[in-house]
Amino acid sequence: MAEPLVVFDNVVKRFGAFEAVKRMNFEIREGEFLAFMGPSGCGKTTTLRMLAGLEQPTEGDIRLAGKSLVNVKPHERGTPMVWQSLALFPFLNARENVEFGLKMRGLDKPTRARKALDWLERLGIGEFAERDVNSLSGGQRQRVALARALVTEPKILLLDEPLSALDAHLVIRMQGVLTKLQRELGITFVYVTHSQSEAFAMADRVVIMSRGEIAQIGPARDIYRTPASRFVAEFVGRNNIFAGTVNAAGNVDTAAGAFTLGGKAKPGENVSFVVAADVVSISTAKPAAQNVFAAQLISEEFVGSMVTLFFEAPGGAEVKVQVQERLLEGIPREPGQQLFLSFDPSHAHILKG
Amino acid sequence: MKTGRLLRWLLALYTALVFLFVFAPIVASLVFSFNSDRFPTIPLGSFTTAWYAKAFSNPEAWDAALRSLLVSSVTAVLATAIGFSAAYTDYRYDFFGKTAFLVLALLPPTIPLIILALAMLGWLSMFNASGMTISIIIAHTVLCAPFAMAVIRLRLNQMDPNLEPAAWNLGASEWVTMKSVVIPFTLPSIIASLCLTAAVSFDEFAVAWFVSGLNKTVPVVILEIVTGNIDPQVNAIGTAVFFVSITLVVIAQVLVLRPARKPDAA
Repeated sequence: MAEPLVVFDNVVKRFGAFEAVKRMNFEIREGEFLAFMGPSGCGKTTTLRMLAGLEQPTEGDIRLAGKSLVNVKPHERGTPMVWQSLALFPFLNARENVEFGLKMRGLDKPTRARKALDWLERLGIGEFAERDVNSLSGGQRQRVALARALVTEPKILLLDEPLSALDAHLVIRMQGVLTKLQRELGITFVYVTHSQSEAFAMADRVVIMSRGEIAQIGPARDIYRTPASRFVAEFVGRNNIFAGTVNAAGNVDTAAGAFTLGGKAKPGENVSFVVAADVVSISTAKPAAQNVFAAQLISEEFVGSMVTLFFEAPGGAEVKVQVQERLLEGIPREPGQQLFLSFDPSHAHILKG
Repeated sequence: MKTGRLLRWLLALYTALVFLFVFAPIVASLVFSFNSDRFPTIPLGSFTTAWYAKAFSNPEAWDAALRSLLVSSVTAVLATAIGFSAAYTDYRYDFFGKTAFLVLALLPPTIPLIILALAMLGWLSMFNASGMTISIIIAHTVLCAPFAMAVIRLRLNQMDPNLEPAAWNLGASEWVTMKSVVIPFTLPSIIASLCLTAAVSFDEFAVAWFVSGLNKTVPVVILEIVTGNIDPQVNAIGTAVFFVSITLVVIAQVLVLRPARKPDAA
C-alpha cells in the first residue's frame, strides 16, 4: 500500500526547555482537507511551520510523498503557504505577486503572465491584476495570496489562519471559495485555525490539539458527537457534560438527576458523559420519555435560524439546548421559565479520562 | 478665543525667528556672493557674478570639488553597504552580545569630531595611509556608516517578518530573497542613505582637514581661502556647496518620511 502523502513520524519540537510539539504521529491523506484546531500555544502553527520547513523538528521525521523532508530547505519543498498576515510583496502588483513562484521556477515571462492572469481570473479578481496590492480590499488581497500559492500547482497547500483578519460575512464567502477549490483541484489542504466553525465547515478531518499533543483526530461529526476526552468535549463547546457515579440499577446519579445510559456504564464506576446540545428535547409538560429533568431557562442566543437556550439544571449545572427556532413555537421562552428537558440514552457518549 | 489667537501668533513668530537664526548666515552668504564689494558691508554694491567666475576659474577649487565629489560618492556607497549589512543583521538575527554590537555600531557619531579626526590620523599614519584621497574615504565611511544603518533600520523594522519566509516558501533561496524581496523593500531607505551619507561627507570639515594632507576637499579649501584673506569667492563656493547638500538631504528626508506601504490592519 502506498504511503499517505504526509507522515509525521515521532515528531518532537522543543524551543529551549519548552516542548511545543510532543511526539506526534499522524498522517495526511492525498487529496484531503485536514484542519488543525486548538487553543493558542497548542502547537498547531508549529506543526504547519515544520511542514513548510520554517522550523526543524528536534526529533523524528516528516515525510512528504515518501521522502524525508528533514534536510530539505524551505525553498525546495513545494509546500506553498497562505499566511495569516498574507505576506504579499508590497512592492509588486497583484499579477507580479502571483508570478513570484513561477519566476523562481524559471518560467519565461509570457507563460508566467498567462498563468498568473488565469488564476486571478479564476478567483474572480482578474480586473485587479495590475493594481497595487495595498489598494485592494481584504478579501481581494486574500485571493491574491491564494492565487500566489496555487499558481505553482502544488500537491499540498498550507493555510495558516488565512481568514482570521476578514470580516464575518467575508469569512463565510471565502470558506465557500476554499472548499470549492479544494474539491475541484483535488489537492491536499492543511488548514490551521482556532475557529471551530471554519474547521468544522470545511475539513474532511479535524485534528484537535492541546499542549503539543493530538487530543483527537477524525471527521468533524465524530469530534462533535463522540469527543475522545473531556478537553475535546469542552473545547468543542455546545456540549453538555454530566458526571456522576453509576448506582446499583445501572443509572448514573448526577447533580441534575439519575440518568440511564442504556447499559453503557457499569455499577460503581465514576463516569462523565456528554450530550450534544442539539439532541436535547424541550417540552412544557413532563414527557413520557427517559432521562427527563426540569430546568430553568436563563437566556438564549439567536444565530440565523438556530437558537441556543441556556438552562440551569438542578445542582446549578448549565445545560445548553440547540434547536431550530421554528420548532419552539408554543413554548414560552421568558427567562426564569421552568421547562422539561430530556435526551435519549443512545445520544449520551461516555468520556474516557 | 483671544488668548488662543495670540498664542498662535507668538508660536508662528517664534518659529520664524528660529528659521531666521538658522538660515540668516546662509542667506547672507548667498546675497554677498552676488555683491560687487569686496567687504561684506551694507549698503550693498552692484549685482555681479564675478565671484562665481573667479571661483569657477580657480583650478584649486575645481580640484577640490572633483575630489569632494569622488570622496562623497565612494563614501556613500561604502557606508550604505556597511550600514545595510549591520541593519539586516540586527533585523534578522539574535545572538549573544547583540546590544553591545548595536551600541558599538551606532557609536561613531557620538565621538567629538576632533577626537575622531585625531584618532583617524594617528591610525592611518601607522599604515602610511594618511594624506591620501583614500584616507578621507576611509575616515568618512567610518563616520557615515551609522547614519546609513539608522536610516535602513527604520525601514526594515516596517517589514512583515513573514515576507522573507513567504519568498522561501515560494521557491526563492536566501540569496534570491535578499535580491528580490529585502532590497526592493528597503530601496527607498537605501537611496535615502546614499543621499544622506553623501551630504555628510561632502560637508565634513574636521576629519577631512586632519587626514587629507594635500588632497583637499571643498570645506578644507574654503577654510584656507578664509584664513588667507577676505575673498568673496568663498561666498560663491559656499552657496554652491549649500545647494548640493540641501538637495541631497531633502531627497533623503522625503524618502525616509514616506511611509512603508503596508496593508492596513483589517
